[in-house]
Amino acid sequence: MIRLENVYKTYPDGTEAVKDLNLEISKGEFCVFLGPSGCGKTTSMKMINRLISLTSGKIYVDDKDIMSFNPNELRRNIGYAIQNIGLFPHLTVWENIATVPMLKKWSKQKQLDRAEELLELVGMDPSVFMYRYPSELSGGQQQRVGVARSLGADPDILLMDEPFGAIDPITRSKLQDEFLKIQAKIKKTIAFVTHDIEEAIKMGDKIALMKAGRLVQYDDPATLLTYPKDEFVRNFVGADRVLKGLRLYKAKDVMKEPPVTVKIDEDPARVKKRMEESNTKWSMVTDEKDRFIGWIASDDIKGSKSIKEIYKPPTVTAGPDTPLNEALSMMINSTIGTLAILDEDGKMLGVLSFDIIRDMLGQEESEQQKETKASGEKS
Amino acid sequence: MWQEAWQYFLKNTDKILKWTVQHIYIIIVANVCAVIIGVTVGIFISGKGRERIAEMVIYFASIMMTIPSLALYGILMGILASLSLPSIGFLPVVIALTLYGLLPIIRNTYTAIREVDPDMIEAGRGMGMGETQILLKIKLPLAVPVIMAGMRQAIVMNIGIAAIGSYIGAGGLGQPIFRGIANYRTDLIAVGAVCVSLLAIIVDVVMGRLEWLTTPKGVRIRLRRKS
Repeated sequence: MIRLENVYKTYPDGTEAVKDLNLEISKGEFCVFLGPSGCGKTTSMKMINRLISLTSGKIYVDDKDIMSFNPNELRRNIGYAIQNIGLFPHLTVWENIATVPMLKKWSKQKQLDRAEELLELVGMDPSVFMYRYPSELSGGQQQRVGVARSLGADPDILLMDEPFGAIDPITRSKLQDEFLKIQAKIKKTIAFVTHDIEEAIKMGDKIALMKAGRLVQYDDPATLLTYPKDEFVRNFVGADRVLKGLRLYKAKDVMKEPPVTVKIDEDPARVKKRMEESNTKWSMVTDEKDRFIGWIASDDIKGSKSIKEIYKPPTVTAGPDTPLNEALSMMINSTIGTLAILDEDGKMLGVLSFDIIRDMLGQEESEQQKETKASGEKS
Repeated sequence: MWQEAWQYFLKNTDKILKWTVQHIYIIIVANVCAVIIGVTVGIFISGKGRERIAEMVIYFASIMMTIPSLALYGILMGILASLSLPSIGFLPVVIALTLYGLLPIIRNTYTAIREVDPDMIEAGRGMGMGETQILLKIKLPLAVPVIMAGMRQAIVMNIGIAAIGSYIGAGGLGQPIFRGIANYRTDLIAVGAVCVSLLAIIVDVVMGRLEWLTTPKGVRIRLRRKS
């Protein structure tokens, strides 16, 4: 747990980098410090391990005042990863990872075991990489070693300063996914700095949005996107905040039961009638084992042709865990405009359509309007 | 002339060997002093907030280099005599060579330490390394090859300057050269000159190898990739 109380940082030249910052990061929570450059997010993070000294206020780590520790001792118990990684080029991968264990004077065998364990955790084969040098690794591999090194002595708290900032977008996205999986396992308390709103939404349990040294809004990503506190937040999250927010939902959270499903061996005339009654243009076709195999349009049902002859196989399908933003882009690409959500065996779980997504967003929007109205009346 | 020089060389190998040993001895003593002083000063002036001092120290060391060696020997003789220390021979020459060797060593130490990637230092500090640990575990290992390059420069340069030390009685490979000048014996001058040059070339090659050997393995790979 990390708690900041009335924290100020004023530099000797009078610059106020951080003003009256109050914030609590609960145990096991992933908190992202977000904001434009110069907003004080990095300063705030570096005050936690005393790389930057406080001007006034208190910071507590697990309810202990950080000023009561020797700074080096404090830092050895807090993991630290930075954007440019800063691996030591004259040391091997394992020696880099074992930096903090070495400072803590662990036995050599224990250091080696720990380095091996961490390499495996970040998805690198210890038998290949233990004795390599940083200059022999790709950028993504170096970044992984950097993350492994920050976990060296298994600290409860991690500070990460744009750790995925300096790598290409594809590798970055992959590393983000991997790191989220690692975090699900290790459950560290994390303070993570970024200026990238997409990254903040993807990674954070909470986002602390800062501007000119002040904390503007501290909320979970969904709340931040749906209820931006003021004009600054609204602009910072962007006009496409609704689209960005879709990433936070999964297909299974929103999908609906399909109105009409058709068995492959059904009588076409009866199917047409059913579809006309429920006023649907497209229906889902399933085989004998209830597996989704394609779509059928009511206009195509003519004469004596069986369903088998006229159904169209799907161009795309999604899984229950597909984020809504991806699902939406699949729908835009498909001719039907409706997306079948299938489980691993191909069984149908539900459907998504533009209307369903619009309805969901509409509900949130109206809730938000009610709330702003209510708060407007109060004030 | 070369014929005579070769004859002289064959007849007087024991003498030449003695001079060479004297020469090397002077160089070693002077450069060990220069390294100890130079690296210490270099580390000190590379500290935070010491940019002004660093500038002055390096400036002073550069001025040192512009003093002609004979003049420096003369000045040192005066100072040593007033301190009632031996004012000719080994001591003034070693002191002069130490002073000449300082600039390349101080400058290289300073530059090498200052140029260690700040991200590495920040990472080290952020993980709980103290300033001494940062110096010993990060800065110095990365600076050693550059410091070695400075030493190489200093030693090779001093091999030439040490020859002039024979003029004030320090012995060494300057002996045949000065004798040759005094007695119009070009063969003696040739022997001295060739020996000094050979010594310089051999030491340069050895030091180059040493520079490579002291480069950390991980950094060597990077250098090889760059070239």
